Amino acid sequence: MKAAHEPIQRPRDARLLVVDAAGRLHHDRRANLADHLRRGDLLIANDAATLPASLAGIHVPSGAPIEVRLAGRDMLAVDAVREFTAIVFGAGDHRTRTEDRALPPPLAAGDVLQLGPLRATVQRTLGHPRLIVLRFDGAPNVIWAGLARHGRPIQYAHIDAPLALWDAWTRVAALPVAFEAPSAGFVLDWQLLASLRERGIGFATLTHAAGISSTGDAALDARLPFPEPYYLPASTVAAIAAARTNGARIVALGTTVTRALEHAAAHGGPLRAGEALATQRLGAHSRLCLVDAIVSGTHEPGSSHHALLHAFASAEVIANADRALERHGYLTHEFGDSVLLERALAPTAAVTPSEAALLAD
Amino acid sequence: MNTTSSALRGLRVAVTGGTSGLGLALVEALRTRGAEVAFVARDAARVAAVARAQRGAHGIVGDVSIKEQTYPIALQITAALGGLDLLIHNASSLGPVPLVPLADTDCEDLELALATNLVGPFRLTKALLGALGASAREGRPAQVLHIGSDAAVTPYPCWGAYGASKAALVHLSRIWDEEMKPHGIRVSAVDPGDMDTPLHALAVPAADPATLKRPADAAREILDGIEAAIASAEVHI
Repeated sequence: MKAAHEPIQRPRDARLLVVDAAGRLHHDRRANLADHLRRGDLLIANDAATLPASLAGIHVPSGAPIEVRLAGRDMLAVDAVREFTAIVFGAGDHRTRTEDRALPPPLAAGDVLQLGPLRATVQRTLGHPRLIVLRFDGAPNVIWAGLARHGRPIQYAHIDAPLALWDAWTRVAALPVAFEAPSAGFVLDWQLLASLRERGIGFATLTHAAGISSTGDAALDARLPFPEPYYLPASTVAAIAAARTNGARIVALGTTVTRALEHAAAHGGPLRAGEALATQRLGAHSRLCLVDAIVSGTHEPGSSHHALLHAFASAEVIANADRALERHGYLTHEFGDSVLLERALAPTAAVTPSEAALLAD
Repeated sequence: MNTTSSALRGLRVAVTGGTSGLGLALVEALRTRGAEVAFVARDAARVAAVARAQRGAHGIVGDVSIKEQTYPIALQITAALGGLDLLIHNASSLGPVPLVPLADTDCEDLELALATNLVGPFRLTKALLGALGASAREGRPAQVLHIGSDAAVTPYPCWGAYGASKAALVHLSRIWDEEMKPHGIRVSAVDPGDMDTPLHALAVPAADPATLKRPADAAREILDGIEAAIASAEVHI
């Protein structure tokens, strides 16, 4: 698929591929998303704001330039802002594809990193030359001010213009805890929210610290997604319970929402409001407990986001959808087109390759 | 419910222009009533001094008139407070100082008044609308308050830049409210009256401070109004 290379959250010509529960494909304009939701459905978005998680600086022991990308932490609390999992690149910047980025100088526990006004220390390395746990010096307010002043949202080689925070925050962005934009939420604007309300479609949010989606390094990507903390508000728990009682569908806006909701539902009991840490991976092996459909960007095969889609439908249906996306010129990546994928009605293994071929458009 | 406790207790409030005049009085009064407060102002030394004096208040250095600072300010506000329930746009620019008739007002001075008093609040509200919406969905108060002026209504000679910017701000506020009401976010403007503040001293150096309202009194009235609005709405903190 071609990458969308303009940082426009809601292009007028954005498209939506609907993959229904029988595996059939429908092409529509993304602006018509609400037409594919039903009265009573509950659309759940990730309202995390995006951190300026890319920090240029110096590895002090060697004097070498580095780029640190904050990539994970275990808690959402805004004052728990000292310690992060991070990915470190060597000299160069985002205009080089991450696959081709230089390694950082050898990193060791105790190394000091000077990142603009922020000073951090490598706490430990994590079995890969790019992957560390770092700890910032200073009080939380000072760290936040440093991130706000010096950090930039993670940039992409396929996007020409430098991304600013306003490009990376969705219209519902609240707490700054996401390391990359929860980009499925780019589809949202306040007119859509008003339209959902008028149509009797519910809207709720959770806050999920969406981690880095890919690093360009196969060994590191195999470890994604990292554990991601999320917060489930009581109002969302109540809205889910009401939707379930009414037999309505739970529609997750994005892979991060799916991961959080399925983590929260995995124990089988009633959902609990509050904070938890999503550690599971979703894929073909997963049995979805809660989410009936996902609205997501178009993900490329091989990524952890693409693997997650296999929890909703068989490999044949997904491959069929992928072919349609390719053939019809859908755009991929953060600012690309979208897919609405309904959970397959029957156990996914029941769709045979020959049946899937019949479903091809 | 403890009726002696302020409805503002635990409310997460951001105040722009929080190091002098009405803004400072609001920060002090909000802390006294138990709110969690973040305040924004341009001067780093004054921000640090107010943060020291107002224990627990979070000082943020920033200029709301500068577009590029909008999101860094918004980020620090939600990070400091863990969310946001009430945003008070108090930072103001007079335009040309000393005040002059419109005919003698430089374009740049009008632009600065509009940037600080109108466009800046619009941008910061927009950046924080997601946080306010999250509060509304959780049944918390979600409010934006603009500090207006009687100069927004009465065409005082020499108050052109300021008066026009405040008139636009008050109207912006009314349209915001119409549009955001269905989403549970309320937006309003209040005229605090003529106060004994550094801004007023710049505008009318000859004014007798004894004839002017004390900022602390204006802050008390404004917060009483917010408490009443919260109490009358079916929201809880």
